[in-house]
Amino acid sequence: MAENRFPSPFEIEGPADVEGWEDLYPYSVSFGEARKEYENDRFWFHDSMHWGQALTPWDSTFFEMAIASLSQMNSRHYRIPPAEGIDFRVLYGYAYLSPVGVDPEKIEARVPQFMERAGHYFGNWDDLYTNWLVKVKDTIAEIEALDFSPLPEIEDLSIVTEGVAVGSGYQLLSQYNKFKDLILKTWNYHFEFLNLGYAAYLDFFGFCKEAFPSIPDLGIAKMVAGVEVDLFRPNEELKVLAQKAVDLGIARAFDDPANVSLDGEAGAQWQAAWDEAKDPWFNFTSGNGFYHFDKIWRDYPEIPYAFIKDYITKIEAGVDISRPIEAIRAERDRVVSEYRELLATDEDREAFDGKLGLARVVFPYVENHNFYIEHWTMSVVWRKIKELGATLATDGLMANDDDILFLRRDEVNEVLWDYYSNWAVNAPTAAAHHWGPKIIKRREIHAKLLEWEAPKALGEPPEVITEPFTIMLWGITSDSVENWLGAEDSDDGTLTGMAASPGAVEGIARLVFSPEDVGDIQDGEILVAPITAPSWAPMFPKIQACVTDIGGMMSHAAIVCREYAVPAVTGTGFGTKRIKTGDRLRVDGSAGTVTILD
Amino acid sequence: MCEACPIIDWANELPTVRSFIARRVDSVMTENIVWFDRYDRDLHKPYVGGKNASLGEMMMAELPVPPGFAVTINAYEQLWENKSLVDDINELLRSIDHDDYAKNRAISAEIRQLIEAVPVSDQVAADIAEAYASLCRHCESDDIPVAVRSSATAEDLPDASFAGQQDTYLWIQTPESVVDHVRQCWSSIFTDRAIAYRHSMGYMHQSIAMSVGVQKMVDPIASGVAFTLNPTNGDRSQIAVDASWGLGEAVVSGEVTPDNFLIDKVLREVVKREISDKHVEYRLTDRGIVEKVPIEDERRNQSSVTDEDLIEIALLARKAEKHYGCPQDVEWAIDRHLPTGANVVMLQSRPETVWSQKATKSVSKGGGDQMSSIVSTLLSPMHTKKTN
Repeated sequence: MAENRFPSPFEIEGPADVEGWEDLYPYSVSFGEARKEYENDRFWFHDSMHWGQALTPWDSTFFEMAIASLSQMNSRHYRIPPAEGIDFRVLYGYAYLSPVGVDPEKIEARVPQFMERAGHYFGNWDDLYTNWLVKVKDTIAEIEALDFSPLPEIEDLSIVTEGVAVGSGYQLLSQYNKFKDLILKTWNYHFEFLNLGYAAYLDFFGFCKEAFPSIPDLGIAKMVAGVEVDLFRPNEELKVLAQKAVDLGIARAFDDPANVSLDGEAGAQWQAAWDEAKDPWFNFTSGNGFYHFDKIWRDYPEIPYAFIKDYITKIEAGVDISRPIEAIRAERDRVVSEYRELLATDEDREAFDGKLGLARVVFPYVENHNFYIEHWTMSVVWRKIKELGATLATDGLMANDDDILFLRRDEVNEVLWDYYSNWAVNAPTAAAHHWGPKIIKRREIHAKLLEWEAPKALGEPPEVITEPFTIMLWGITSDSVENWLGAEDSDDGTLTGMAASPGAVEGIARLVFSPEDVGDIQDGEILVAPITAPSWAPMFPKIQACVTDIGGMMSHAAIVCREYAVPAVTGTGFGTKRIKTGDRLRVDGSAGTVTILD
Repeated sequence: MCEACPIIDWANELPTVRSFIARRVDSVMTENIVWFDRYDRDLHKPYVGGKNASLGEMMMAELPVPPGFAVTINAYEQLWENKSLVDDINELLRSIDHDDYAKNRAISAEIRQLIEAVPVSDQVAADIAEAYASLCRHCESDDIPVAVRSSATAEDLPDASFAGQQDTYLWIQTPESVVDHVRQCWSSIFTDRAIAYRHSMGYMHQSIAMSVGVQKMVDPIASGVAFTLNPTNGDRSQIAVDASWGLGEAVVSGEVTPDNFLIDKVLREVVKREISDKHVEYRLTDRGIVEKVPIEDERRNQSSVTDEDLIEIALLARKAEKHYGCPQDVEWAIDRHLPTGANVVMLQSRPETVWSQKATKSVSKGGGDQMSSIVSTLLSPMHTKKTN
């Protein structure tokens, strides 16, 4: 591998006419002279799994906060012995990551620290997780309660009579700061358990791989995966609503999902059921939660309505759409007992029981955090920032409701100061003149960045990838890096990836790049996407197989595909580049191969 | 003449298989016939020989073994009640010169002819005929084709299959023919190779006894072997299957490279398949002759088994492994005359020898606590190791 390296971040030729693109992001995430030597010596990979598209300035917030939070847990909280944080940069709008290892001489000293700190979490996991759910729901409630409505013409009388003195302007500035703080807090929560959960899983995983050298990742995942999972609830709620529509005799109302009108008593009953389900379950994004344009079911009901329509069709055809929980549980127990029986010694069986036990303790968090943070919290966050954007547009500081997304999060403070101070003086603001042309320019630049194809990786690949979370979360291994390096040379029509969900099928490819294209997919096609989101689940009954560019063994695509028994190969690296819509493919989800037949 | 060479010597009360058995089991079994599906390990094992015992065991494990029965060593040992036969054979054995292969081959042939010329007792003939008739009724046929196989037993010898000689006769169809071939199996104790082997090992001729298996013929669409582990890395969660069209001969003789598969026995998935070009197959003609025939073009590069077959083979092999408590090497076939879904039959199951002889490797590293294990996992996660 050493004779081969990826281009340096300083050699990359970006898209044309994007001069000044760096201005869209904080200076601290740019490659540049300040850290050139350090940056040049490192290996950087594009995190297309979470941030596949060029970031807008405000959307960059979550990239920065998420990776800093992840890093902080490794480096400062739990002292993961071999892993510091993951360094992050934005290049032409695209997210790049670089795992930072611990100086080998310092690993030893971290071990007792890790054992004490992580040991506390493993030892008190259930209590801490119960508490985590409370903390996260409280934070969501706090974000919901933020008031970003326009500043009033006159303060409420009580502000005067109760001697409050601080007014709405102060509140707005303070609440925006609180908003940013709550988002950072949310991302700290996100990683509170995740790294440790993965570590426990990885330990079980490693044990299984040693005992059964050829065991597929799927076999291990099957033993650990939860049965009652909050992440699957939104889809389950759709099935209930579909059944309810049939029972109430209003199934036809969903024939055109874009135009559903619910009349009469039956309609009202159904609407009540919808309202009951929508909070929290339809705070469910059809993307991955990281982009302002991801559509949230609750706010774009035509998306869940279309899925409900599909379910209605199935119910009317007599298909059982219920999730076979008993069968899933029985299969899980069977798989566990078979592997257990095949182990060589009783000592191994004891170790297996212990590791499986811990993996199962940590796993509800690993699966469910995605719903609580990426879906629920982020849905609320996006509604709030859009609310603030609308307020700024209403009062003439911005031309459009979504202009705010083209400001960096700290630039918004400047605009809010402009808003507040001139509201106080009752004088004209400068924002529209100052920011208007900049935002137009930034939109142009961003549009060009979106068109650009970001390189998969930059810099010097390491001899071996050792950072455990890079391997677990991103599925980036020494093998996959080598595969990327060699990819340009070999083209025999076969792509390899992770055998994520078993079964082999042939069918026609359909490329889907964003949730907007989801509607294009036809019955029996093979979904080919950079990555899939859990909220795409309702279309899994429609597709024959799924192929993604990126994704580790625990990626959402892998979990959902297994759940719906759809063969899947994840982490092919180049699936969306090599495959065209209409190609005939053979997808072998057991072997992890995708063959382009013609 | 070879003075050192063992002869059959009843007068000196040399140990025989039966005398060993008598010391081991409480009730001496006197039946000439034992049905595979009534096989009882504790009672029958020494009387039916290794091969038949293994089929009986498979029946006990509820594996789909083609129906049949064993002609026990009780029938065989009645041969030696014929004193003139024993004398004649001893005469011939004494003339053996262990350096003269051609001559010995002739002597062996002579001994075998002697044995095959002696009529079996009325009782043995009647028992075999009745058992064959019963098998025909069971298979709803007047003259069900059977395979007749030798099944040597040597209670104190670890290598009975070498000490005796394994003969198989296919497509036998009348009671008379079954009896004839039973005698041929008996006489196979005196092939030149078996005589030489016993000589070199210093075994007595009567330390070997011959039971014979009579089993409904399988007419395989495809056949092959399965190992209940991955032979490349010893992974016991996988099953390796070799398969080819027709009878197993083409593969055994090396004329055809079999299709090769790996099946995950827990997830019940075919995880690897290598389909090879199979240009010939051995088939049973309706005249009961095994014929080598070229395979027509469209079938040559086609998989000789379906995924459903493979999963069924894997489940059956796993069942055998569970029953025997150790990795198995099994022979299977897909019978042309059985309905799809019930057409995979097991012909043999024996312990896998290569990996099983390696010490069982524990992976739990001496019971370190969970946290230490997590630390060592983090320090060297599996995926850092490069795979090929």
